[in-house]
Amino acid sequence: MDKIHDEKLKDSERRKLLTCLAWAGGGLLWTMKGGVLQAKTLDGLAAPADADFSFIQISDTHVGFHQEANPDVLATLQSAIAHVNGLGRAPAFAIHTGDVSHLSKPEQFDAAQQALKGIKTDNWFFTPGEHDTIGDNGAEFFKRFGGGVNGKGWYSFDYRGMHCICLVNVLNFQNGALVALGDEQLEWVEDDLERVSSSTPILVFAHIPLWTVYEPWGWGTSDAPRLYSYLRRFGSVTVLNGHIHQIQQKIEGNMTFYTARGTAYPQPQPGAAPSPGPLKVPAGQLGSYLGIREVTHVNIKGPLAVTDTSLAI
Amino acid sequence: MRQFFSILMLAVAGAASVTGTVQAADKASTVQVSIFNYKFDAETVTVPVGTTVTWTNKDEIPHTVASSDQGFPASPGLDTGDTYSYTFTKPGTYSYYCTLHPFMKGKVVVTPAIPAGD
Repeated sequence: MDKIHDEKLKDSERRKLLTCLAWAGGGLLWTMKGGVLQAKTLDGLAAPADADFSFIQISDTHVGFHQEANPDVLATLQSAIAHVNGLGRAPAFAIHTGDVSHLSKPEQFDAAQQALKGIKTDNWFFTPGEHDTIGDNGAEFFKRFGGGVNGKGWYSFDYRGMHCICLVNVLNFQNGALVALGDEQLEWVEDDLERVSSSTPILVFAHIPLWTVYEPWGWGTSDAPRLYSYLRRFGSVTVLNGHIHQIQQKIEGNMTFYTARGTAYPQPQPGAAPSPGPLKVPAGQLGSYLGIREVTHVNIKGPLAVTDTSLAI
Repeated sequence: MRQFFSILMLAVAGAASVTGTVQAADKASTVQVSIFNYKFDAETVTVPVGTTVTWTNKDEIPHTVASSDQGFPASPGLDTGDTYSYTFTKPGTYSYYCTLHPFMKGKVVVTPAIPAGD
């Protein structure tokens, strides 16, 4: 595709977005500046000019969902992708914090992969959601998106001075209990961090919140406190999750926790509805409930902070 | 030859009778459990042995039906409108949950067969 045609495509995408805001998909652009993470929804704001790099968090695409709360999740995903590609500069990498698919079906993974290829970035990092591991403990997901350590999905990588850890917290469900990371994974984290200096900014991401947002709906991870014990010595720790389709934030000492909006459909605030089922909002408002997150990084010393803004135009 | 014919008739009558009994039992021993608003409704069902329990997902979100202790095979992911059935052939208490939302809990209590003649 030549560049001019590509630009036309983007313009048409933008027009479609403006005229059909009901399906404005979302996501967040993260920028890291001086060890300070900042998040912006993709409503046309550019990353700070002095940022060292930025990356994209996209979450809960739920390809295959086709109910009233959003009959066309691929369209909202495409809108989110148009936003990302309209940022002006390509993100260094993109992470997907799970629930790529709705029912772990190969055709749903196929459609999601095809759509996500549209984001202009060289590197993708995935962690599964519980919707991606139905019936096969994630075998199909890991085959497509990387099996990590021992084929169990977790891994770490370094990017320009930041140490990033991908965790999996959707494989240890027990009757009536919050999900767990499990001993094997936690022992691996402990080993992994041993070689990392305390001044290194740490990014941790997983699907289900790694802090207890709301226990009655399973919005938490039972053995996360053990994870914190390994993260406390670092000056700057940022923890990103999906799963609850809304932005929630928490700061605990050196650790800041953020949950992201999805691109598929919103969910109610904790306890604000009889169940965490999809929140049905007027079509014109759906865009303001969906998001992508951008992080920019600027390499000066300082504490981490993250902000979120809405996608609504 | 007449004797053989009589035996054959008896066998046919017997088979018909057995079939009739099974059909009657089927009608009497199917129990429906709805999955709605992230709950199993009813959360506990008590049924005689031989009962088939059918779960129907009426949520917009998929759910599963999974035994807490491998007491019966787990369902696949149930999309909106999907059903899953299992016939309980042994008395006991079968706790189950949704593996996607483990705060969703249910129980099937299977009682021994009612003695003949009751």
